[in-house]
Amino acid sequence: MASTDISLTHDVHHAHDDHDHDHHDQHFIFKYIFSQDHKVIAKQFLITGIIWAFIGGALSTIFRLQLGWPQATYDWLEPILGKWIEGGKLSPEFFLSLVTMHGTIMVFFVLTAGLSGTFSNFLIPLQIGARDMASGFLNMLSYWFFFLSSVIMFLSLFLETGPASAGWTIYPPLSALPQAIPGSGTGMTMWIVSMAFFIVSSLLGSVNYITTVINLRTKGMSMTKLPLTIWAFFLTAVLGVLSFPVLFSCVLLLLFDRSFGTSFYLSEIYVAGEALSNVGGSPILFQHLFWFLGHPEVYIVILPGFGIVSEIIATNARKPIFGYRAMIGSMLGISLLSFIVWAHHMFVSGMNPFLGSVFMFLTLIIAVPSAVKVFNWLATLWRGNIVFTVPMLFSIGFVSLFISGGLTGIILGNSTLDIQFHNTYFVVAHFHLVMASSAFFGLFAGVYHWYPKMFGRMMDDKLGYIHFWLTFIGVYMVFMPMHYVGIAGFPRRYYSWTSFELFSKFADLNMYISLAAVIAWLAQFIFAFNFFYSMFRGRRATQNPWRSTTLEWTTPVNPGHGNWPGAIPTVYRWPYDYSKPGAADDFIPQHIPYSETASSNLPHEKDLA
Amino acid sequence: MITLAILFTLALLGVILYLIFRIQILGSVYRGTYNKRVSTSNKVNATLFVVFLIVGGGAFFWSFQDAKPEMTVPVASVHGAWVNDMFWLTMAVIGIVFVITQVLLFYYSYKYQFREDKTAYYYPHNNKLEIIWTIIPAIVMAMLVFSGWKAWTKITNPAPADAVVVEITGKQFNWLFRYPGKDNALGLAKHTLIDASNEIGIDFNDKKAHDDIIVNEIHIPKGRPVLFRIRSRDVIHDVYQPNFRVQMHAVPGMPTKFWFVPTKTTAEMAEETGNPDFKYELVCSQICGRGHFAMRGTLVVDEPEDYEAWLAKEQPFLEKNPDLLAKFKNAPVQVVTAGNEKGKIEEKAAL
Ligand code: HEM
Ligand SMILES: [Cu+2]
Repeated sequence: MASTDISLTHDVHHAHDDHDHDHHDQHFIFKYIFSQDHKVIAKQFLITGIIWAFIGGALSTIFRLQLGWPQATYDWLEPILGKWIEGGKLSPEFFLSLVTMHGTIMVFFVLTAGLSGTFSNFLIPLQIGARDMASGFLNMLSYWFFFLSSVIMFLSLFLETGPASAGWTIYPPLSALPQAIPGSGTGMTMWIVSMAFFIVSSLLGSVNYITTVINLRTKGMSMTKLPLTIWAFFLTAVLGVLSFPVLFSCVLLLLFDRSFGTSFYLSEIYVAGEALSNVGGSPILFQHLFWFLGHPEVYIVILPGFGIVSEIIATNARKPIFGYRAMIGSMLGISLLSFIVWAHHMFVSGMNPFLGSVFMFLTLIIAVPSAVKVFNWLATLWRGNIVFTVPMLFSIGFVSLFISGGLTGIILGNSTLDIQFHNTYFVVAHFHLVMASSAFFGLFAGVYHWYPKMFGRMMDDKLGYIHFWLTFIGVYMVFMPMHYVGIAGFPRRYYSWTSFELFSKFADLNMYISLAAVIAWLAQFIFAFNFFYSMFRGRRATQNPWRSTTLEWTTPVNPGHGNWPGAIPTVYRWPYDYSKPGAADDFIPQHIPYSETASSNLPHEKDLA
Repeated sequence: MITLAILFTLALLGVILYLIFRIQILGSVYRGTYNKRVSTSNKVNATLFVVFLIVGGGAFFWSFQDAKPEMTVPVASVHGAWVNDMFWLTMAVIGIVFVITQVLLFYYSYKYQFREDKTAYYYPHNNKLEIIWTIIPAIVMAMLVFSGWKAWTKITNPAPADAVVVEITGKQFNWLFRYPGKDNALGLAKHTLIDASNEIGIDFNDKKAHDDIIVNEIHIPKGRPVLFRIRSRDVIHDVYQPNFRVQMHAVPGMPTKFWFVPTKTTAEMAEETGNPDFKYELVCSQICGRGHFAMRGTLVVDEPEDYEAWLAKEQPFLEKNPDLLAKFKNAPVQVVTAGNEKGKIEEKAAL
């Protein structure tokens, strides 16, 4: 591809190198806080994401306590929660705001910003062979918009009327009317403002990732020699650029309805003893707009996981990823299809049933590329020589969870069956396995794998193993039984299940789920300890600890500003030459020319030498 | 005091764990395993995967069987049986795929664990294989879509003309039920007319409203088509009845509907479930505010004769509350908002 690009980037980098020297003794503030270095920005995203994950996890732990032990009294939480405890009980409104904030935080702040923000930033320049992102300044802005958005969302937790509490999908009219639920007052306004900044952050980041991948690849790095991670981050960014603006419009109109008396989503409402004057709006319109983002969003969350896991499985199975082109093709297919399946969230929302038929058809098509990915991962393991590093364990866990959760998508995607399962715990189980748990496993895999590149030290293996096994068993124990409750029709976002005879049979199961959830959450502190401890006391990393082929491992152990002290390596081969017959070692890095590997070249590669 | 003791114990526990952790590291440095490419942990993890497969898989299937009586909700409608059959069929299909893929995943992990004397098999792709495993899921999906689509069309087709009509209106936090009465037509309702005595906002200027009946519990006849006309007066609610496999959102400003044919009376269900107090419960399954979790309605399925007898005894709302009409006589102004809005509402009511 484009040799012109390459000469162009070379010039740019010369300039960069010089300017490097003046800045080596940067002030702390510019080096670590308002940094424009992609590696520092990645760590900022990562650490902010980890903090959010603990907050999000803590919120879910509180509402799981309520669901597991509904008769218990929670006076002991009163010092922290204050008036949210009503007569020893959590207030139902507080429960709803916990559910809402848990969802919002996990989906957007952890698994979108924390995941893409960390790994796209960190790996794109390192793996394509660039000195930095296309625009370091926009990249810095992207983090600081995210930070601002985080601060606003965090502050909303402390409002008198509580944070937003209409569910993470904030369907109006509930989210538009403070009379209907107190969280829809200032809490909801702050949610919208925070999300607006979040969208700006996400767009700045995505535009940067796309530009960088297209323009700044090193010599020889054609699109078909990119590691699958980069393909995944690239497509994630494309999805983000196309779908987040729709969310922006969606919440903007909601803001108008809330504050300026418009009626985009409101019509014929009588609430709190008063008939509102709004007519002609449609709550369904909101749902279309929301899910037009919402469905691509779930793939924004999972695609980076696809990339990370493909990379790690190939590296640790010491085997090329099976069907490299099929892997790219399936990601392209999924990305494209993810834009035309959104209404499967709305089969019984009252929209025209004919639309339901169309969306059922499109939705079930998306299962095919997903299946292809799973088969290809299995084929990659087959006859491998597998090293169970901690990232490899998490990657295998990812595949397992993705299968378990993806399969139930086939049930939900069938509109006839969705009549029974919509808004029940079956949906909760589905997306916590396929999205939440899988994406978290992708995140953990990535952190353990690239930690040596980030901090120059290794995380502790033994703690990693314990963390993996507790988490893996924990999430299965939490989410598998949720299917049972869901099949029985138990609706999601219920504060308690005791008012219905239909659901009263599940007291034990709910207690058991809550117990498993608390244990799984506590296991994450092992990770936190390992993460921060290893930063200072971990074993020192070697340059290429996993014996991997990609370019980031050709940089020094602690890469400085500009990544490579000398020239950027040129790329000659695809990233998956593991265990190539005839090769001296069981991996050949991308920057080794064919002329140096005569013994292992395949027939068609002879000419390239 | 107790809190202090707990904190102290936790801190102590933390210190002990930390010490164990340090000793373990020093031990492995001493033994020299610290820098080996692959330690015994590799074998341990590989084995644990198989253990996980067997124990975890076993626990899953056992618990699924164990919970099955509780999770299967007895079906009580014609299309509910289709949904149920299709569900278990789809479960069987995905169950097979689930078992095959998980077994391969963990078995391969174990079987192909690292050995010093082995190299992995360089096998970058195989087009034939890839085409096969693209086409097979595509065919299976096509079959599932087709059966789902056929059932979906039948379920969502317009209700038969002789269907029993019940209007369900959701509000924070209960359900309101209305029958059309003798003329079999529901009168207009407007949110501007709602007050404490007229919770649905029925417009009694509309003659069709005069015989409308309001009840606290729905009665429907077994074996006859029933059409729920669903509305909401404040936020979105969701009418869900698991036994009938009926679910439809209640949307303010946009009436929705769902029709079905109940197949078992309440008495029959009481017998089937062994619960003499069995009631069909209407559930709200779309988050709607503080009382979402307790928004319960009840419904009785009668033999057709009993249903007719019950209906005949129910008095129209207006007869029970004659003063309401007086109010309308005094202030018939509500209609001024122009003919076209009224037209719109009529159109909606006719949906
Ligand atoms: C195998 C393909 C998949 C199919 C056919 C599928 C289908 C569905 C359907 C129909 C629903 C809506 C259920 C309802 O609300 O009634 C749903 C919910 C959901 N799915 Fe999937 N899904 C698939 C894979 C995924 C993946 C890969 C992710 C994320 C990575 C995902 C994330 C979600 C989420 C987050 C929700 C719930 C949203 C909410 O209501 O809060 N799904 N899925
Ligand atoms: Cu979706």
